[in-house]
Amino acid sequence: MKKILTGNEAVARGAYEGGLLFASAYPGTPSTEILENMANYRQDVYCEWAPNEKVALEAAIGASIAGARSMACMKHVGVNVAADPLFTFAYTGVTGGCVLVSADDPGMHSSQNEQDNRNYASAARVLMLEPADSQESKDFVKLGLELSEKFDTPVLLRTTTRVCHSKGLVELEDRVTKELIPYEHKIRKYVATPGNGKVLRVQLEKRLEEMTAFSNSTDINCEELAGDEIGVISSGVSFVYAKEVFGETASYLKLGMTFPMPMEKIKEFAKKVKKLYVVEEMDPYIESHLKMAGIPCIGKECIPAYGELNPDIVRKAFFGTAAESVSVPLKATIRPPVLCAGCPHRGLFYVLSKKQKKLMITGDIGCYTLGSAPPLSAMHTCFCMGGSISAGHGAAKVLNRAGSDLRVVSVIGDSTFFHTGINSLMDVAYNKGNNITIVADNRITAMTGHQENPGTGFTLMGEPAVEADIPAICRAIGIKTENITVVNPLKLDEMEAAVDAALARTEPSVIITKWPCILKKFSDQDRKDFDLKPRKCVVDAEECKKCKMCMKTGCPAITFDGTSQISADSCTGCGVCRQVCKFGAIKEVER
Amino acid sequence: MSDVKNILLVGVGGQGTILASKILSEGLIEAGYDVKMSEIHGMSQRGGDVSTQIRYGEKVYSPIVGEGAADLIVAFEKMEALRWISHLKKDGKMLINDFEIPTVPIQLGVEKYPEGILDSLKAVADTVVIEAGEIAKQVGNTRTMNIVLLGALAKAMNLGNLDWKSLIQRNVKKGFEDINLKAFEAGFACL
Ligand SMILES: Cc1ncc(C[n+]2csc(CCOP(=O)(O)OP(=O)(O)O)c2C)c(N)n1
Repeated sequence: MKKILTGNEAVARGAYEGGLLFASAYPGTPSTEILENMANYRQDVYCEWAPNEKVALEAAIGASIAGARSMACMKHVGVNVAADPLFTFAYTGVTGGCVLVSADDPGMHSSQNEQDNRNYASAARVLMLEPADSQESKDFVKLGLELSEKFDTPVLLRTTTRVCHSKGLVELEDRVTKELIPYEHKIRKYVATPGNGKVLRVQLEKRLEEMTAFSNSTDINCEELAGDEIGVISSGVSFVYAKEVFGETASYLKLGMTFPMPMEKIKEFAKKVKKLYVVEEMDPYIESHLKMAGIPCIGKECIPAYGELNPDIVRKAFFGTAAESVSVPLKATIRPPVLCAGCPHRGLFYVLSKKQKKLMITGDIGCYTLGSAPPLSAMHTCFCMGGSISAGHGAAKVLNRAGSDLRVVSVIGDSTFFHTGINSLMDVAYNKGNNITIVADNRITAMTGHQENPGTGFTLMGEPAVEADIPAICRAIGIKTENITVVNPLKLDEMEAAVDAALARTEPSVIITKWPCILKKFSDQDRKDFDLKPRKCVVDAEECKKCKMCMKTGCPAITFDGTSQISADSCTGCGVCRQVCKFGAIKEVER
Repeated sequence: MSDVKNILLVGVGGQGTILASKILSEGLIEAGYDVKMSEIHGMSQRGGDVSTQIRYGEKVYSPIVGEGAADLIVAFEKMEALRWISHLKKDGKMLINDFEIPTVPIQLGVEKYPEGILDSLKAVADTVVIEAGEIAKQVGNTRTMNIVLLGALAKAMNLGNLDWKSLIQRNVKKGFEDINLKAFEAGFACL
């Protein structure tokens, strides 16, 4: 049977068909839907959200050692977090097959950078597969699980946004049943002391030789021969772009396995064509292997080494031609994402925005990063998950020592706090920092599409779970009880009082702004804990003094046309604008 | 690969482009085409723009519709039509929903919503303006705007022979099947 699947759905399907028993992941675009779909197979495959990517990979490693086929999934930057276990796992190898899915985001559709994670495969020396479409996404996960066991290596399945989020037809097959491989203690294999590590390192070289031989013989690295004028080497989604551009008259070497590289096959192919092109997105990964082997080719001197490719770019790069197209003199303006109408983060950032001249606000990654956009502009740094509190700590230390009046506030989401924020807060408490930490607890992992996390009370498989208690965590780390406040960020006076109190302290303090994301599917507990009755705000046009203060909240439901107006469709009655209006012109009414 | 047809559905998060393209691609598959479809919806839930690219034919490789390659662009919002016009084929068709969603910088008065979009597009391309919001209202539910546009798309691409009734019944929210069918028919008839 054939079904249309996204690349991510296909990865989940392939893992299921391949006899997977364990999957763990931390969400991150474009990888998130893999585990969300994996959970549909929960009768056969245990699935979970881990607090971060390192934990996810380590859990998958443990499952593999215990004899199960396992998988960990993450976005490209997640592999940075998981890199520590990865590099040593490459030495120990596996028991049950283990696949690490890295979903890269060329062009940064929804990421802070666009690193090319193919480099991880060669740096860690793990076998790498690169699917070009949904069918291959499914096939390569299954193959990956087999190769992992065959060569005793973790396998990196490297995919990209376009593959993850494109749909194509996929042939479905039955699940192969894989029992747990009986566990035995294997201390010399799995205890990476320097003594054992040295032995494992030598064995790794032997494994690399075997994998290289396989790479040269496998038919996922395959030639499609047509003419001898032009040859194209490519992998992943770039291959389908190359096919569109170079057409049926060129010859191709399509690489499905790109570490170890099939250099013998490449040399043979190069001999068969007069002109050789390498078409690849981001880094010259394939190209540098060719250059090192002295094989002349045309690649990055023509084609950009950054950004997402598409057939237009490939065509322009190599042939200098563009398709005929229609154009008009008018230009569309960009449509930046914004905090939703009713977002609880708005109250927090409105209060911070009023004080921001006296503050350095270190931020983190999540919906709340949108607090950096005008008109709020109340976040001044953001680079990686968990970094807000630790960067704030470093900044506060040097500012304090230099006698500066600037105070540092660090804003972090609930999921991000659990991800790596806790360690950073430990740094603040332990080393007597004084930056103010604000945990924006909207009861869900919102940015990536509402995944459960250790604080929400549910697991990925929908079971009730213990809720990690953020105030208790802070206390255990060493933040004093009297310096921890939980507030409703939509009550601006409460929010402001908490910030002022924290600013008056010299000891580290934590404010937890606790209110559920307006787009969240509320749980029974949410309905008990929060007053979530549907409301809306309306402007009394008579009373409106046209001062536009309400527009300073950056709410997308508010427009100005003679007077302020609130869209009844999008307003949720959060009341932030009502509190901001000095003239009482905005009223809150029940729906 | 000239038998491959290219369609773009563009709009703003929350407008229902993704459901419309899901129904369309399912229909195309049932009709026996090879289909590739690509969606970029990074931050769409937070008011960003959304685009879906659908390509169908005997054999389709790339999921991406290039510049000057779209046979049809269906813009659920006017400024999004402008954003994607360079992707239209010289003799392609543009269906535009006469509907404006300002960006936040526009709401704040920092930028301006471009004026005269419809006229300038009409001057360079075969452009049909559809009052999908109005039609959906007449049908009885403004939220069926996306299905009205899907109906118009079906007419424009000569896809009336797909099993739309069953496709819509299977894909829309329970209890809203009939009203969506009506919306589809109204969209189909408006072209
Ligand atoms: C290392 C890493 N993993 C994952 C992501 C993807 N990511 C971006 S924001 C986010 C979730 C943030 O959730 P939370 O902290 O609860 O804030 P919210 O979006 O709910 O406001 C994730 C998982 C990332 N950018 N970096």
